[in-house]
Amino acid sequence: MNTSLASFQDAFIDALYERNSTEMTTLIEQPGFLVYRNTVLKGSVDALVANFPTVERLVGTEWIKAAGTVHVRQSPPTDSRLLQYGAGFPDFLNAFEHARELPYLGDVARLDLLWTQVHCAADEPDVDPSELANLSPADLALSRLTPKAACRWAWFPDNPAYTLWRFNREERDIPDELDWRGEGALLTRKQAQVCWQAASVADCTFLDACAAHLPLGQAAEKALEVQPDLDFSELIARLFRADAFASVSIP
Amino acid sequence: MKTVFQMGAGLGLKPNHYPDAFDCAAEGLWFEVHPENYMVEGGPRLAWLEAIGSQHPLSLHGVSLSLAADCPPDESHLKRFKALVDRIQPALISEHLAWSAWRGQYHPDLLPFPRTVEALQRIASNIQRTQEALGRSIAIENPTHYLSLPGHEFSEIEFLTELSIRTGCGLLLDINNVHISAHNLGFDASSYLDAFPAEAIMEIHLAGHAADPGNTQLLIDTHDAPIAEDVWQLYRRVIERIGMRPTLIERDDNIPGFDVLLAERARAQMLLNIGNRRVSEVTI
Repeated sequence: MNTSLASFQDAFIDALYERNSTEMTTLIEQPGFLVYRNTVLKGSVDALVANFPTVERLVGTEWIKAAGTVHVRQSPPTDSRLLQYGAGFPDFLNAFEHARELPYLGDVARLDLLWTQVHCAADEPDVDPSELANLSPADLALSRLTPKAACRWAWFPDNPAYTLWRFNREERDIPDELDWRGEGALLTRKQAQVCWQAASVADCTFLDACAAHLPLGQAAEKALEVQPDLDFSELIARLFRADAFASVSIP
Repeated sequence: MKTVFQMGAGLGLKPNHYPDAFDCAAEGLWFEVHPENYMVEGGPRLAWLEAIGSQHPLSLHGVSLSLAADCPPDESHLKRFKALVDRIQPALISEHLAWSAWRGQYHPDLLPFPRTVEALQRIASNIQRTQEALGRSIAIENPTHYLSLPGHEFSEIEFLTELSIRTGCGLLLDINNVHISAHNLGFDASSYLDAFPAEAIMEIHLAGHAADPGNTQLLIDTHDAPIAEDVWQLYRRVIERIGMRPTLIERDDNIPGFDVLLAERARAQMLLNIGNRRVSEVTI
C-alpha cells in the first residue's frame, strides 16, 4: 500500500461505509476491519439512543437502534459533540416508513431535542418582573422581552405530543383516555434542572414574537389573534415564573 | 480550592457519579472527562465539572481532534477546547494517535494509519498547532490495534518518541491498549512496555476489554468490564520501572456504582504507592 496519507484516509472511509474500495482489500479481508465498522456505527447509534430517551421508551431500544442505524447511514455525524447529534432525527422519524403508525414520534423526538438544548444552554441571570411594573402603558408596549437561551417552546397542532412526551419522560403510564388534539410545550431551566409545562398556542406565538425582537405591544397582538380570550397578564406572569426571559429592554 | 497535589489513581467521571465524585476524599483521586461532552454553553453539566474541579484535579482527554488526519485540526473545535481549558484549568490534557474526523464527517472511533515520514510530519504539525492554540503541552495516547497495516516506516514507539522530541508533547501510555494490540497483532506486550520512553509518560490508562463476540480471536477495547489480571500485571511491571504516574481507570459502559470503581482505583493507588517507594529506593 503505497499511497499518501490523504488517499489512505479516503479509501479507508470508503471501505468503512462499504463503498467501492479496491485499495483496501488487504485490510477489509482481516477480521479486525469489522471492529472499526461496528465501532463507528455503534458510536453514532448509541449517541442517538442517549439523546432521544423518550423515543426509546416509547418504541423500545431495539426499534430506536434499528431506526437510528438507518438515520446514521443517511446522515452521519458532522460534529464530534455527539451530545448534539440528531438534529435531523425528528424529521427523519416523521418521514420514516416504519413509523407511519406513530405520527407523533417526530414531535416527541423534537421535545427530546429541546430538552438537550435547554440542558446545555448558556447560563443567564433572571429578569426581575418588577422592571415592567412601573412602566407607562406606552413604554410597556414598546419594551422588548428576550427569551433565555435555556427557554424553548413548540406548538404541535396535530397531536398531543407533549402529553405523550411528558408521561414517558416522567416514566408514568399514558392515560387510557388521551385527548387527541394539538398541544404545546415550554421547557426552561430552574435551579439547574430542566422543567417543562404545557404551553398554549398563544404562549408559543407570543414567545415566537419575542424571539423575533418584536415589541411587547405587537407580540401581545399576535398572541391575541390566535387566542382572542387570552388573559395576557396571566401569560406574562406565568412565563416570568418559568424563568423564560433573559432581558427586558425598555425604550 | 486548587492546591498542590500528587495525582495518584483517577477515575473517568460519569454524570451518575457527580455527587459522589464531589464528596470523595480518597488519597490521590482525580477525574478525567472527554472535553467533547463538556463543550456546551452552560448548564448543570458544566457547573458540576467546575464544582468537582474545585475539589479534585481534572484531566481533559480528547477523542476527536483527529491529529492523524491529513489536514490541520478544526479551528472551531480548538477554540471550544481552549475555552474549556481556560474555564476548567485541567492538570492534564491528552489526545490520541489516531484520526476520526475526515472531510466534514465525524466517525466516532480511533482509526489507524500507516506510520510514515509523511504522517509523522503531519501529526507533529497538528500537535504543535494544538499546543499553540491551548497554550499547553498535551500527551498523546497509543491506540488499540485490530489490523496488520502494511506500509509502516516506524514502529509505534519510534513514532511516539519522535513526536515527543519534535513537539515537546508527552505520552499517555494505555496499558490495556498495549495488551490488546499485542494479542491482536502478535507482539510481546512486556517488551513493548519495557521499551516505552519512561521520561515522556505523563499519564497511564487502565481499562477492561472483552473477547470479540464475532468469534475472531480478537480482543476488543470495550471499557465495559473490570481491568483484567494480565493488565494489572503489566501495570505493576511499568510502575516498578518508572515510578508514580497519574493513572486512570477508564470505564465507559456497564458502569457500576461509584464504590465499585473506587475499589478498583484503590488497587491502582496501592500499586502506585509500592512502585513509587521501590523506584525512590533505587534512585537514592
